[in-house]
Amino acid sequence: MIWMAMRLALFSLMRNKIRALLTVLGILIGVAAVVASSAIGAGAKERIESQFASLGVNVIMVFPGASAAGGARGAAGSGSGLTEDDARAILVEVPTVSAAAPTLTASAQLVAGGRNWSTRVYGTTPDYFRVRSWNTTDGAPFTESDMRTSAKVCVVGTTIVRELFGGENALGSSLRVGRMPCTIVGILETKGQSGFGQDQDDIVVVPMSTFRTRVARRPGREVGQVMVSARDPAVTSHAEASITTLLRQRHRLVGADENDFTVRNMADVVKSFDAQRAAITTLLLVVASISLLVGGIGVMNIMLVSVTERTREIGIRLAIGARARDILAQFLVEAVVLAAIGGLAGLGLGAGASYIVGKTTEWKVSLQAETALLAVLVSGGIGVVFGFFPARRAARLDPIVALRHE
Amino acid sequence: MSEGTPVIELEGIEKVYAQGEVVHRALRGVSLRIDAGDFVAIVGPSGSGKSTLMNSIGCLDTPSRGSYRLAGHDVSKLNSDERALVRNRLLGFVFQGFNLLARTTALENVELPLVYRGISSQERALRAARALTLVGLRERLRNTPAQLSGGQQQRVAIARALVTEPKVLLADEPTGNLDSKTTEEILALLQWLNRERGLTIVMVTHEPDVAACTKRIVTVRDGLIVSDERLPHPRQAGVDAPEHALKSGPTGGRPS
Ligand SMILES: Nc1ncnc2c1ncn2[C@@H]1O[C@H](COP(=O)(O)OP(=O)(O)OP(=O)(O)O)[C@@H](O)[C@H]1O
Ligand SMILES: [Mg+2]
Repeated sequence: MIWMAMRLALFSLMRNKIRALLTVLGILIGVAAVVASSAIGAGAKERIESQFASLGVNVIMVFPGASAAGGARGAAGSGSGLTEDDARAILVEVPTVSAAAPTLTASAQLVAGGRNWSTRVYGTTPDYFRVRSWNTTDGAPFTESDMRTSAKVCVVGTTIVRELFGGENALGSSLRVGRMPCTIVGILETKGQSGFGQDQDDIVVVPMSTFRTRVARRPGREVGQVMVSARDPAVTSHAEASITTLLRQRHRLVGADENDFTVRNMADVVKSFDAQRAAITTLLLVVASISLLVGGIGVMNIMLVSVTERTREIGIRLAIGARARDILAQFLVEAVVLAAIGGLAGLGLGAGASYIVGKTTEWKVSLQAETALLAVLVSGGIGVVFGFFPARRAARLDPIVALRHE
Repeated sequence: MSEGTPVIELEGIEKVYAQGEVVHRALRGVSLRIDAGDFVAIVGPSGSGKSTLMNSIGCLDTPSRGSYRLAGHDVSKLNSDERALVRNRLLGFVFQGFNLLARTTALENVELPLVYRGISSQERALRAARALTLVGLRERLRNTPAQLSGGQQQRVAIARALVTEPKVLLADEPTGNLDSKTTEEILALLQWLNRERGLTIVMVTHEPDVAACTKRIVTVRDGLIVSDERLPHPRQAGVDAPEHALKSGPTGGRPS
């Protein structure tokens, strides 16, 4: 009976292909929007979560300069900057902090064995590797004694090894960073791309003192940022508050004085990205829902037209023994088939669109099976909801009146 | 069902149509008994209530008052689903306008009543083909109504009415849309079904010529039966076309 009704429904839809297509356009677009937005949204979520994983939730960043809306700003060195001594004080005086690495960065040209490569160089302390929980696979990080002697040593990421040494025998080799020749003492494990599309392994790390005197010539004590690691994710916000208090004291800020530094914890950064993602996803879902609603109304409209057009057919069916519920089922199935076709087409379109987005941009997309299933179920549901009223109207026709209909 | 058993027993049937203030009494107390194997014509002027009476007999409608027994069952107070069941099991309808489903083959049209009985598609096709053979359309199973003449379409409609093996065939002006030659063919077919298959037929008609082919003429006027006469010698339809009717029709022998 259901199979018969499905065949009948397909048959009557085939008669009016253009009309059926126009009718389901709303559902098609709505479902496509839902599918694409949730695929892209899920991809963004994965990306943000990988950011969590690569930086760690207990990481706190301290920047010089007051915080501006939307993010920490302020040029290094401006005002009463952030210094290596501040970093030291944070480590020593805040008990919830386990590591604090002041960093300076500059871009530099690398040369080794006649090959060139341009990258970013970090000047920092051994704490840097602790904060980023970044181990060496070969050799070891530079040490405190390297710091004191401004040793000409560096630790490199695997991208450098690949680009300059063809992927092998880099440890102990010599490398020129800018004008400074130095020895590779450690190779960092591969981290891969960051969630924001940067190659995290394209990096050279040297001792802070070496950086100041031999790489970038930045005398003094000021640093670009301090990366801090709290002992435990649970005490991160506590550590953040202690750091703020400490730095205010050290920078002699009183009362209503604005902070001349900015403290941000990675979890907050990730959360704000996540909130943006959620807002965009919600917007898309609202658009999609409106589209689905319009699609549903289209289905209802076309089904009402169909019932009117086929009044006599309904009369014939009733006269030869169809019950009201048989007629109801017939039109309901037709509405569901119509809506489900729209849903399937929308699923295809949405999947195609997210595939193209994934191919052409750096965004990660991930189409979830549940989303696909949900899209088809929702469109079927729309068929039921919006098909019910027309189907009931058909089922309630009086056979005599229906038979007399012209 | 043996001849002489009552199939239709109407007792004081009334039908009142109320349209706002205006009340119209389309049937004003009709009592009628029709036995198995009879062939009855219902005649009368336009608006006298013939179709209303047929709709009541056909369980398309419930009378406002009165009792109706069909094949021994009281059917005057059934709900719409029960009436649908009665129409499907006990009655067959033929209409003036054929009322076939367009763009649907003769075979599928004839199968339709069986669909609502939940009969398997193989069995349906078999029975529908048999019914179409009975009305002389063995060669036209795959044709759609648009590919058939009026007379052939009405035969398909008759096959559709017969496929459920009903107790009564109800026909409201079955020849109203047909020319005289085709009218004769259809009448010959109905007479044959009545005579050879013992089918009980009730037929509304305007034409005295058509009524003359039946065994009994019931005249309705203003919602009442004003005369009811038996014809001792019904006219045999198809004087100049019986060969065709019989050749393409029932000559193939009684389908089992
Ligand atoms: N649904 C209805 N509502 C109101 N009045 C109706 C309705 N159906 C029929 N009537 C009235 O009942 C009366 C009988 O109608 P009916 O159709 O039975 O006549 P008829 O004998 O079949 O006429 P005809 O020969 O023209 O087909 C008519 O006066 C008609 O107007
Ligand atoms: Mg009439």
